[in-house]
Amino acid sequence: MILLEFIVNTLSLGSLYALLALGLVLVYGILKLVNFAYGEYVMVAGYGLFLGATYLGAPWYVTIVGSLVLAALVSYLTEIAAFRPVRTKSMDAMLVTSFAVSIFLQNAVLLAISPRAKAVTLPAFMTDSVTVAGVTLPVRNILLVVVTAFLLAGLSLLMKRTVLGMAMRAAADKFTTTRLMGVPANLVISAAFVMSGFLAGVASLFWVSRSSSVDPMTGSGPLLIAFIATVMGGMHSTVGAVVGGFAYGLLFNLLSIVLPASMINYRDAFMFVAVILFLLFRPQGIVSRGYVEERVG
Amino acid sequence: MSSKKSIREALLDHSTLLVLMGAVTIVGVVVQLVGTPLLKNIYTSFCISLMMVLGLQMFMGNSGILSWTHIGFVGVGAYVSGILSMQPMMKQLGVPNMYPFLVSLHAPIGVAILAGGLVAALLAALISYPLMRLSDAAGVITLFATLIVFHVVMTQWDNVTNGPRTFFGLQEYTTLWVALIAALATMVLAWFFRDSALGLRIRASRDDRYAARAVGIDVVRVRYLTFVLSALVMGLAGGIWAHFITSFSPKAFYIAEMFTLISMLVIGGAGSITGAVTGAVVVTIVREALRQVEAAINNAHVLPFEVFGLTELVLAVFMVAVLIWRPVGVIGAQEARLVRLKATSGGGRPAEADKEV
Repeated sequence: MILLEFIVNTLSLGSLYALLALGLVLVYGILKLVNFAYGEYVMVAGYGLFLGATYLGAPWYVTIVGSLVLAALVSYLTEIAAFRPVRTKSMDAMLVTSFAVSIFLQNAVLLAISPRAKAVTLPAFMTDSVTVAGVTLPVRNILLVVVTAFLLAGLSLLMKRTVLGMAMRAAADKFTTTRLMGVPANLVISAAFVMSGFLAGVASLFWVSRSSSVDPMTGSGPLLIAFIATVMGGMHSTVGAVVGGFAYGLLFNLLSIVLPASMINYRDAFMFVAVILFLLFRPQGIVSRGYVEERVG
Repeated sequence: MSSKKSIREALLDHSTLLVLMGAVTIVGVVVQLVGTPLLKNIYTSFCISLMMVLGLQMFMGNSGILSWTHIGFVGVGAYVSGILSMQPMMKQLGVPNMYPFLVSLHAPIGVAILAGGLVAALLAALISYPLMRLSDAAGVITLFATLIVFHVVMTQWDNVTNGPRTFFGLQEYTTLWVALIAALATMVLAWFFRDSALGLRIRASRDDRYAARAVGIDVVRVRYLTFVLSALVMGLAGGIWAHFITSFSPKAFYIAEMFTLISMLVIGGAGSITGAVTGAVVVTIVREALRQVEAAINNAHVLPFEVFGLTELVLAVFMVAVLIWRPVGVIGAQEARLVRLKATSGGGRPAEADKEV
């Protein structure tokens, strides 16, 4: 029974982390940008849920679609307004820009809505539980696994079968060559940002439903998770991101069980030490495909 | 460099440094003599920020690696110097769970600040060697993760730091003079470091790490030594800051503060001392001005709600604007030459001709 609970919990946590990591890696793959503003797309989608469900009282399906569109739109707008002009500049300029975008979005929400957390009303099925084989499980955990499976399948089809997907994969591999083949750079990058925002939006739905509230700092947790998961899985492929997400979910659940109660507050520190060690011994991540030498010495 | 250099040539070589130091000193003296207490406070905290920015510049500007960890060393310096300089009775009052052997430790403030710097450098020496092997995105993420480890330890180790709660009861020691002298000393250090053997090597490794390796530079080693040196400066700055502010919590050594430091460096230009100083000046002025505006709006009650976060919002926009307009920062990677000795080949083009790495 406990084993079944552990498996379902790890699968659903892993799914959430995989979605987060995937959104980050889509942009990183093409632009080689570690997007510090990525967490804010999750936060913005959370506010979309708040505005739709709590503030306007719209039906839940309208709210969900609306917040997904909002996250994708904000992601796209940050690309146009901030990342595109500095794209050709140094990597530091881009990194710092992404951080400035993150600070901007946080404070915009702080200023426009409230510094305090806002409650998000969610449809009943997001908060219910079911009992399967004597184990009580939240419905949203099962839903999360199913949604992730569909999204991954859909994304994989998109990447393999459509022209846009193929262009994006080519751009992630050799961006300059891809451009020389006549693929418009702006289109590919914008598509990556839109998809990144969309995935952040989906993840946000499940992230926010755990606490049923959203505040301006909501994005920092998902951002860190996406970082860890991509680093563990391998930053250079979408498969790596998914593998890393599940690996992180497993590590997190294991640490929660193994660590004594007095050390549980240090769990994040342990996680990050694990990441640092991981990077030192296997900087290419679990999935090493597409890895380019990034170390010296 | 010729071995027989006249004093005049030496002065001209370092004219930029002298002008920068002169400007910071003169403004400092003027503020001390005629400034309001608020202005004195702002200038003191500017001098401390300047010290931190220069410490960060020594590593980040010369190695080309964006470091998030540095504010953690400021925190180490602040806590170590605070624990050493406080009276045992104050410590028992402020940090009830502190280890007994820490409670009994006591040292004069100057010694405590030095010890803070040394502990920060020692910590950097212990942890940073493997980190210096990573470059680019992996390097940024690892240094970011290291900051989070620092933060978690600071907020959880309540036998030392009082946990997430405020650590209070430090004596005030840092006056405008102390901060000014510390900033000037750091400026001299950073300036001469840049052209030292180590400084030249690490700058070579920044511009092209493979070529640097090919000419026999041990890239990891020079990065490591620079990292430890700059951690020392950050630790000292932390002690000086702690004895200015007198009470603080781990929040002061986290992402928001580090963002301010990085923005100063990036806006001014990470590659040069002139850039670091310019950035610190510009960001301090913009930030203080925005704070005044924010306070004025809130006090006037013209809006039906309190204005929060306007300062950070505008600062972020400003930063992106600078990055779009001049990605190498306002000054760029070359020191501004205020006195040009002779026309350089290529017509003495200004800093924007610099290739950014």
